[in-house]
Amino acid sequence: MLSFLLIVLASLFFTGIIIRTKSITSGRKGPGIFQPMKDVIRLFKKGAVYSKTTSIIFQVAPSIYFASIIMAICIIPFGQYKGFISFEGDFVFFAYVLGAGKFFSIISALDTGSSFEGMGASREALFSMFAEPAFFILMGSLALLTGHTSFHEIFASLHFGSYISYILGVLATFVFVMIALVENSRMPFDDPNTHLELTMVHEVMILDNSGFDLGMILYGSYLKFAMYGAIIANLFIGIAPLYLAIPIFICTQFLFAITIGLLESFTARFRMNHNAQYILALSSVSLLIFLGVLLMLGQLN
Amino acid sequence: MTIITAIILIILPVLLVLPFVNVQWKGIITMAAVSIVAILSSIIAAQALAGENYEYLFKGSLVTGIIPIRIDALSGWFILIINFTVITGAVYGLQYMKAYSAQKTSLGLHCICFVLLQSSLLSICCIQNSMAFLIAWEIMALSSFILVIFEHHKKETLRAGINFLIQSHICIMFLTLGFLWVAMRMNAYDFKAIQLFSANNSLLTGVALFICFFIGFAIKAGFVPFHTWLPYAHPAAPSHVSGIMSGVIIKIGIYGILRMLLLIRCDYGLIGYLILLISIISGVYGVMLAILQHNLKRLLAYHSIENIGIIGIGIGLGCIGIGKANYILTVLGFAGALLHTLNHSLFKSLLFYGAGNVYQSTHTMDIEKLGGLGKRMPHTSLLFLIAALAICGLPPFNGFVSEFLIYNSLFTGLNGSDKTLLSFIVLGLFGLSLIGGLAMLCFTKAFGSVFLGQPRYNFHYELEEAGLGKLIPMYAIVMLIMAIGLFPKTFISVLSRPLALFTGRIVFSTQASTLPAMEAIPAIGLYALIFLLLTGLIYFARKRITLGKHMDIDATWNCGYIAPTAKMQYTASSFTRAYRKLAEPLFSISKKKKEIKGIFPTTGGQVTHPYDKAEAWLIDYPINFLKKFFNGFTFLQNGNLQFYILYGVVFISLVLVIPFVFEYLTSLINFLNTL
Repeated sequence: MLSFLLIVLASLFFTGIIIRTKSITSGRKGPGIFQPMKDVIRLFKKGAVYSKTTSIIFQVAPSIYFASIIMAICIIPFGQYKGFISFEGDFVFFAYVLGAGKFFSIISALDTGSSFEGMGASREALFSMFAEPAFFILMGSLALLTGHTSFHEIFASLHFGSYISYILGVLATFVFVMIALVENSRMPFDDPNTHLELTMVHEVMILDNSGFDLGMILYGSYLKFAMYGAIIANLFIGIAPLYLAIPIFICTQFLFAITIGLLESFTARFRMNHNAQYILALSSVSLLIFLGVLLMLGQLN
Repeated sequence: MTIITAIILIILPVLLVLPFVNVQWKGIITMAAVSIVAILSSIIAAQALAGENYEYLFKGSLVTGIIPIRIDALSGWFILIINFTVITGAVYGLQYMKAYSAQKTSLGLHCICFVLLQSSLLSICCIQNSMAFLIAWEIMALSSFILVIFEHHKKETLRAGINFLIQSHICIMFLTLGFLWVAMRMNAYDFKAIQLFSANNSLLTGVALFICFFIGFAIKAGFVPFHTWLPYAHPAAPSHVSGIMSGVIIKIGIYGILRMLLLIRCDYGLIGYLILLISIISGVYGVMLAILQHNLKRLLAYHSIENIGIIGIGIGLGCIGIGKANYILTVLGFAGALLHTLNHSLFKSLLFYGAGNVYQSTHTMDIEKLGGLGKRMPHTSLLFLIAALAICGLPPFNGFVSEFLIYNSLFTGLNGSDKTLLSFIVLGLFGLSLIGGLAMLCFTKAFGSVFLGQPRYNFHYELEEAGLGKLIPMYAIVMLIMAIGLFPKTFISVLSRPLALFTGRIVFSTQASTLPAMEAIPAIGLYALIFLLLTGLIYFARKRITLGKHMDIDATWNCGYIAPTAKMQYTASSFTRAYRKLAEPLFSISKKKKEIKGIFPTTGGQVTHPYDKAEAWLIDYPINFLKKFFNGFTFLQNGNLQFYILYGVVFISLVLVIPFVFEYLTSLINFLNTL
């Protein structure tokens, strides 16, 4: 309950912070941090244009995509407080519900019969598919470390004791940040500000969406960002009491957003055909975490 | 007993009558017979699942000895799976085969083989005499062969059929080897002899015997590297037969493996690792090749290999659980495997029936030529979409439930403190999540390029939606898919008795009082339902809000270009291009490219043909070697009648002379010995 509210709260300003960071680093004045939300609200009020090639799939897909993200957010706990949904193995449900949303966003791109949108769809399908093993191996290692198999129990019993555990925390954060970047199609995997359809990933998929649907897709991705931010925050909250946990949460979200802003300001996008290899290499970082967990449990003697 | 007599009394006259009736009646009689047999056998199966094992001893003959018919919970589960898919296949096939009503004789044979196939599949599940088992197995192989080659005037179909026939017999050879081994030692054909044999011998003998059976059954099930017949046979067969093949015939291999696990006492840990490794390879390899296919049914066939891999992962984990006396791992592993067997039989048959609708409407299976079918065939496209979502393991459908169980068994395995197990678990996690992701890539490609967008090819005939006769069985399957997805607990509680058979194999049972993952099962169903409702709610809200708003229908955005053609759409090949580039080193993909050159360019194009490297190494190389070897003897077959007579004379004289010479030599040696 608490986590849901906090994530929704964070989603309101998250993308604004990214944009603000980017404008500050590039010396521009830039819009205020609530501008992305204002855009979404404006979109919600607008009418829409649909392609004549599209079928019912195109109309339903944004709703399913949005619903999948809401479902996923419900699973995220907040320290010792459970999310709406919590059961053994809930992160499998988490990954697959998000997968269902992605499936529909991909086929809705193919529904337009465009020469560009398939390109974005193909890339999104490929990239997010390669990110999946990294997520599962990481969650597997955390499950091995804590002996639990649900988000809530894993995060509640995760505590940092030895040096190795700090390294593991850093690595896990790295993997989650990278997965968040892949899932939200941000730099260095995808440049959301690119002007050429041929070099886009996510943006090209939603070229034909407009009005309310586009608003839902955009707000969905803000929520997704805040959701991954919440997972990262959870790594550090542990069983901290509320007066500590909420500041940690907000700080993590801020830092996460600023990091993304800085990344987008100072790095170039990867070459598209090397992205997949890079993302698959994330699994090896997850494997490293797994080995670290084994080391901590004294299995590697 | 009465039920079995009734079944036999139905099947025999039907087989005799079928050749002589009218074409219209053939289908109806077949369907009726299949349904009645299915209902009757389901009664026994349901009783077995409820705990009443069925046993009847046929007298048999002098050769076979007593033929025991035993139906326990495991047989019951498989009999129910077989019956459901066969009934939907028969109803669907009734409409599907109307397109071929001119081929009267072929249809007669087809119907007879259909009835035979069902009865042989059912008997394989319950006969426990190795000789009779092999006979039933052979009937199944032959009848499915004839079902596959229905369109035998096509060269490819015949090739695929013969490939299937030969590989089926290699499978039978391994099974025979295993059964003979036991029969020679124990002098009995009853399956109980296998149990006794393995109980009296060392664990290693058990492993060897199990591997012998495993190879045989794995050929039928389609584990890599024994899968090469599968991608040929499935596309060649008529769609309802492909559905049944993929849904139940390959599952009979899984049944065999599970049955042997129950009978043979062996080193379960070792066997478990072996099955787990092969399954992970099968799963990843199958889906990796599936993505590259251009033929819709071939793509689905490769997916069967992938799903057999997923089932195998469950079986492997279950075996490791038995070996380690880990109750939770055993239950979760086998529950996942058994449920996925049912699930796969549902969505895969649905996918094949959907492909059949597409085929009968467009007369092609080439994905690159299809497109935009969603508007012409709304029912088929909806059904195909549901099946595609289910096979990707996405909630709220059934595939998710079984994959969830298998994921959970992987995470349960993490609790052990065994390094080998842990490394296998990580491999399993990597494999299973990769399979999930790749399956999504594959089915977005398949669904997107076949049903969405604009038609890529101008067919010179009207594309029509399939008739009610085909849609009703498909909707029936969807009902079951949804039921499993939303109420998984009911179906898993049915599995408790088959699972008890496996947990009974644990020597020192450390039975846990609660199964944590089992408590999660109703939760999945509930949250899947909530997901559906939430989607509905959001869609409804969107409808209400956008109700009075301005809405336009216009062309797709094409960077300002306003006259796009259907040929400018992103194709299936380009959709998977990025993936193909990555996977290229692993597969042999032959590529032919014709660049556009010159001032007045002519046509250009690119053709890719993915080829299975495992097939090249395991099937093509040995065959080529054998061909070369036997080519050395072609001088014998020179077409000269005189030579052939000479061979005959030489043969006869050798037959006469050799015993004589042998006799002479022995007497000579005897004589020398006496000196």
